[in-house]
Amino acid sequence: MVAEYLTLLVSIILVNNFVLVQFLGLCPFMGVSNKLETAIGMGLATTFVLTLSSVLAYLVYNWLLVPLGLEFLQTISFILVIAVVVQFTEMVVKKTSPLLYRVLGIFLPLITTNCAVLGVALLNVKNNHSFIQSFLYGFGGAIGFSLVLILFSAMRERINQADVPKPFKGSAIGMITAGIMALAFLGFSGLVPA
Amino acid sequence: MAFVNITSPHVVGHNSVTLMMGKVCLALVPALVALTYFFGWGYVINAVLAVSAAVFFEVIITLLRKRPILFAIKDLSAVTTALLLALAVPPFLPWWATIIGIFFAIVFIKHLFGGLGHNPFNPAMAAYALLLISFPLQMTTTWSIALTETQSLLSFGDTLTAIFKSSNIDSYTGATVLDVYKHNVAALTQNEITQNPIFGSFVANGWEWVSLMYLLGGVFLIWQKVITWHTPVSVLGGLLIMSVLFSYDADTSTSISLHFLAGSTMLGAFFIATDPVSSATSNLGKLYYGVGIGVLIYVFRTWGPNPDGFAFAVLLMNFCAPFIDHYTRPRTYGQDKATRGYKA
Repeated sequence: MVAEYLTLLVSIILVNNFVLVQFLGLCPFMGVSNKLETAIGMGLATTFVLTLSSVLAYLVYNWLLVPLGLEFLQTISFILVIAVVVQFTEMVVKKTSPLLYRVLGIFLPLITTNCAVLGVALLNVKNNHSFIQSFLYGFGGAIGFSLVLILFSAMRERINQADVPKPFKGSAIGMITAGIMALAFLGFSGLVPA
Repeated sequence: MAFVNITSPHVVGHNSVTLMMGKVCLALVPALVALTYFFGWGYVINAVLAVSAAVFFEVIITLLRKRPILFAIKDLSAVTTALLLALAVPPFLPWWATIIGIFFAIVFIKHLFGGLGHNPFNPAMAAYALLLISFPLQMTTTWSIALTETQSLLSFGDTLTAIFKSSNIDSYTGATVLDVYKHNVAALTQNEITQNPIFGSFVANGWEWVSLMYLLGGVFLIWQKVITWHTPVSVLGGLLIMSVLFSYDADTSTSISLHFLAGSTMLGAFFIATDPVSSATSNLGKLYYGVGIGVLIYVFRTWGPNPDGFAFAVLLMNFCAPFIDHYTRPRTYGQDKATRGYKA
């Protein structure tokens, strides 16, 4: 049982990493990775939202939609759940850390449109995850997302100092870096049985 | 009596990038000789091919970037990258794969990021990973079988044909020792597996000598102060810890001696992980970086699909290196404590 959960965690953090393997949540990955400090803040906020919305979406789906036979409304209701959680997070961040709130700016409400968040909710349904599995899937996915976001931002700080040829400055070299990172993450493929 | 006035500095350092890269290339020579002795001419041909391609692409890309060409060539960094890749790939790899690898290493990994000193990834290992992902068949079936009493080696001319025309050389190629051990360990015991002639009488026929030659070259580099001991020791330490914890029983998983003396462990620990550009910079950082590589090699070898995962381990730790640097800044002179992390 524990081994199964551990495999799920390793799988979602490294082997099926949301950003580098499944290519979900690329907008904040490219947008908020210019500074390490904001990346850490964004990582924390996304972890909170992703875990909570994954669990809530599970509850809404299995306790509300399935009994009422309204499974076809899953996408809309998941978006609603996510929007609520993001609003809640925004209020918390605004009260606890006004600085982080200002730094994250538009990207905080944009967590709503982070496809990884909706992706987790939908993948939970698709893979028939139980309650604990949904929680771990959301939490692990968020950890994987934060991990690569933070490492990537530290790397981009270094690349921004480098003598990059003009046509490749900024996002272009960021994309290439992300591609090479995805190449490195391919090393993990096959690490856990699918 | 008149004194000649000379301004400082009075002692001139004689170190340069060219000298450093030259020493790295020199340290690779014993291993190249051992590889050629045990596995045939493929390595020499690959090395020549890779070096010429690397210099060619370096010239082209510095022309495009409108930089001084001679300056870029004479620092020997392209030659070093090419040599490392040529020693890491299988000896009968088709010529176009080597060229593609070198192109990727020099143009994409090095010059798009700003050239020598700016590349966040190790060019040779990024190229190796690219080749392994893109051409898995060519990268796993073109390893040479080591020289033994019964097994001869391809002649120089036949090796050329094999590399450039992909002629059929099945009786000279085979899987690597790590591959064979990994795929048979579930069914057979250590004694039964090592009956296979490719393991020879000691550890892994030929490979153990090649690894010792890399070790020799690495010790030379440490003696010449080209590299410090931190990275290689921590890479080998990380691998040792993992293999003692999980591979203590050689009947159920790849034996410890094989982990150290086969595959690219020694090449990686002394020549690749120590790349001054893409590794962590502080001594403490190098220790974290090295242990990470050591642990990851074990993980990839044991639980991953590929027999060896050095390239991926190095790339992943390259990826972590800037972050490690943030948290391992040494204390600056005049300060009580080091300023670490993003709040600095």
